[in-house]
Amino acid sequence: MSFMYEKLLGGKNGTVGFVLLATLILVVFPLALDGFRLNLVAKYLTYAFPAISLVLLWGYGGTLSLGQGIFFGLGGYGMAMFLKLEASSPENTAIQSTPGIPDFMDWNQLTALPWFWEPFNSFTFTLLAILIIPSVFAYLIGVAMFKRRVGGVYFAIITQVVSLILTVLIVGQQGYTGGINGITDLRTLHGWDITSDFAKNLFYFITCFLLLAVILMSRFILTSKFGRLLLAMRDKEDRVRFSGYDVANFKIFIFCFSAMISAIGGAMFTLSVGFMSPSFVGIVPSIEMVIFAAVGGRLSLIGAVYGCLLINFGKTAFSESFPELWLFLMGGLFIAVVMFFPNGLAGLWEDHSHHIKKRLGFITSLFSKNDTAAVAPKLEGSN
Amino acid sequence: MQDRSHNRGAADSPKGSWVRRSLRAAIAAPLAGLMLASQATYAGVNTTGLAVTDDTVTVGILHSLTGTMAISETGAQEAEKLAIKQINESGGVLGRQIKIIQEDGASDWPTFAEKSRKLLVNDKVAAVFGCWTSASRKAALPVFEKENGLLYYPTFYEGLEQSKNVIYTGQEATQQILDGLNWVAKEKGAKTFYLIGSDYIWPRTSMKIARKHIENVLGGKVVGEEYKPLGDTQFGSVINKIRLKKPDVIYAAVVGGSNVAWFKQLKAAGITGDKQTLLTISVTEDEVLGIGGENLEGFYSIMKYFQSQDNPNNEAFVKAFKEMWGDDSVIGDVTQAAYLGPWLWKAAVERAGSFDIDKVVAESEKGDIELTTAPEGYVKLHKNHHLWSKARVGKWKKDGQVEVVYESELIEPDPFPAGYQ
Repeated sequence: MSFMYEKLLGGKNGTVGFVLLATLILVVFPLALDGFRLNLVAKYLTYAFPAISLVLLWGYGGTLSLGQGIFFGLGGYGMAMFLKLEASSPENTAIQSTPGIPDFMDWNQLTALPWFWEPFNSFTFTLLAILIIPSVFAYLIGVAMFKRRVGGVYFAIITQVVSLILTVLIVGQQGYTGGINGITDLRTLHGWDITSDFAKNLFYFITCFLLLAVILMSRFILTSKFGRLLLAMRDKEDRVRFSGYDVANFKIFIFCFSAMISAIGGAMFTLSVGFMSPSFVGIVPSIEMVIFAAVGGRLSLIGAVYGCLLINFGKTAFSESFPELWLFLMGGLFIAVVMFFPNGLAGLWEDHSHHIKKRLGFITSLFSKNDTAAVAPKLEGSN
Repeated sequence: MQDRSHNRGAADSPKGSWVRRSLRAAIAAPLAGLMLASQATYAGVNTTGLAVTDDTVTVGILHSLTGTMAISETGAQEAEKLAIKQINESGGVLGRQIKIIQEDGASDWPTFAEKSRKLLVNDKVAAVFGCWTSASRKAALPVFEKENGLLYYPTFYEGLEQSKNVIYTGQEATQQILDGLNWVAKEKGAKTFYLIGSDYIWPRTSMKIARKHIENVLGGKVVGEEYKPLGDTQFGSVINKIRLKKPDVIYAAVVGGSNVAWFKQLKAAGITGDKQTLLTISVTEDEVLGIGGENLEGFYSIMKYFQSQDNPNNEAFVKAFKEMWGDDSVIGDVTQAAYLGPWLWKAAVERAGSFDIDKVVAESEKGDIELTTAPEGYVKLHKNHHLWSKARVGKWKKDGQVEVVYESELIEPDPFPAGYQ
């Protein structure tokens, strides 16, 4: 029990935050929102995966990646390739010159399925590929960068360039990838209609559970010895290195882990939204993911989820109410958050809860002189 | 007023828990059915819970108001609003005034899907006028098919598509390409062609059709085929190759902002309208605003509509458009095609006597809905959801307008052209 409590939930503060979040997404949203809005929230929550990965990598690891879209995209494309193959059965594609291959391949004069598409006929392979391919890719980038002690702003620029290259590659090789249109018109999973309301609700709950599991796993990493090393590396990398640790390996590990989390988000995105396109791979979405983490508070796993929800709710609400002005309102929202709550929503909660607890502490101290727990200083980012 | 309540009744409550909603729906559906049966006059007008009341009907407009596509899509949504305003002034559709819910696609394909779903599921709109790029249509299409909505899509596009839930008011690829090539072969005696386009589905499909037509029908030769990434501004190497190959015709499908660089660099390289024949399928009056008429002078565009077309319908249309959106506004091919959408919808709805999507589609599929008042001239809706229309070749002048030098017969739309795939 104490392992659960301390390691997975992160003590009292962590538990409260986790339970609040779980209640919100598992109980409040499903009861308060209709099917359409719930599906939108599912989409927002898939963005929370890369946002959480950035909390680990950037907030705690001190390494800013501007390329989380790469991994989100790889995960999403993996799932989309499987679903597209299923949607392209010879019966469904009878009008094509070459039936049985995805429609965009036919439009681009391909007459056979490319070799790297073949394994995606298997669902097991697809699931493994979604987890492994992004991690391997991250490993290669990580080895190339961290072993040479490339970090900081150089790492950020290089990841950004990689995401741009990947976008150009996907757009350019449209016969193999669907190009700028992406992979669209995904309908069934093992013959089961993924566009029905029931399927949408189911994907919502799967996304929620995966998200909560990812938060627990990430918390476990952060509360372990590795987590403390991560913080130490962020603050004084050389001291960690001089203590005999191989800094590069730790960085590579956390980068691979963050890639895997992002890919899970991407795969769930494809399932919830019903298609995948290069517009989730490039520079803009990668930076948006950083914004989600920053608005949520880059030291807070749970804050990242709220950051995602706030920004995306804002986007939807503003663009529905003010279709011509909404970008300005979003800009205003960013500026306001950065100016007034530099530590993001989590920082706001921190200040606020501290304040409330102080008052509570004052009141309770009237009755018992021993209660000092409420006003005890808290570890930064423990929420 | 009673009708309004039963039209909303079961399916149309925007918020509230879905548990509660489905319970309410279970109770309300048979009740609504009873009420409908007792009110025969309205029974057929709206049986699927669309946002239709005694005196209004709600439709959606979904274009990019922000982002890179906004500059192209603005004209389309302005034209749709103009058409809707004119329809309302002339008494509406089935006696109902049209109300608009506008959403921003934000030049972002998934946003188009999200907003389509919002318009169909939440707002229950009777029709949506929108989308511009093929990518946005491809993203929104599964939503329209799933929710059984109706989309009027205005852009000339690559074809290879025919959805029950979409009416295509622009021309599909063969309607634009074949006649243009025939014209240039006959008029200019062209034998060699250099194809250049932006790298995505529409230019690639168009060039595929063009190449087959050039090689198999015209007996000409393609001496080069080149694609540049969307948004690319470096055309130096292509221009060098063109100089080397000396094609009779440069056949271009460069889109968006790249056009500005493409035509300016051509001019800088001394390739101008008086020395070189260039035929483009992607430049309308809207693009010329950015490119500048002086950079295009003497080159040719093939479209189905030009603002300078001389007929009474067009005169009235241009006048009304400028009155509503300002004297500086220009009207391109897609803007005019977008203008046709609401009129075609009105015609189909009034013939069906109902807003029900299935009935409106069934009327549209009869293949005899025609508009005699279209600015481009007479158009007719084909069984295959596309329009019969004419192709026109325009020669660009310095002022950003064209002189129409050729007009075809009415061309049958053929989204799946045999022998060109």
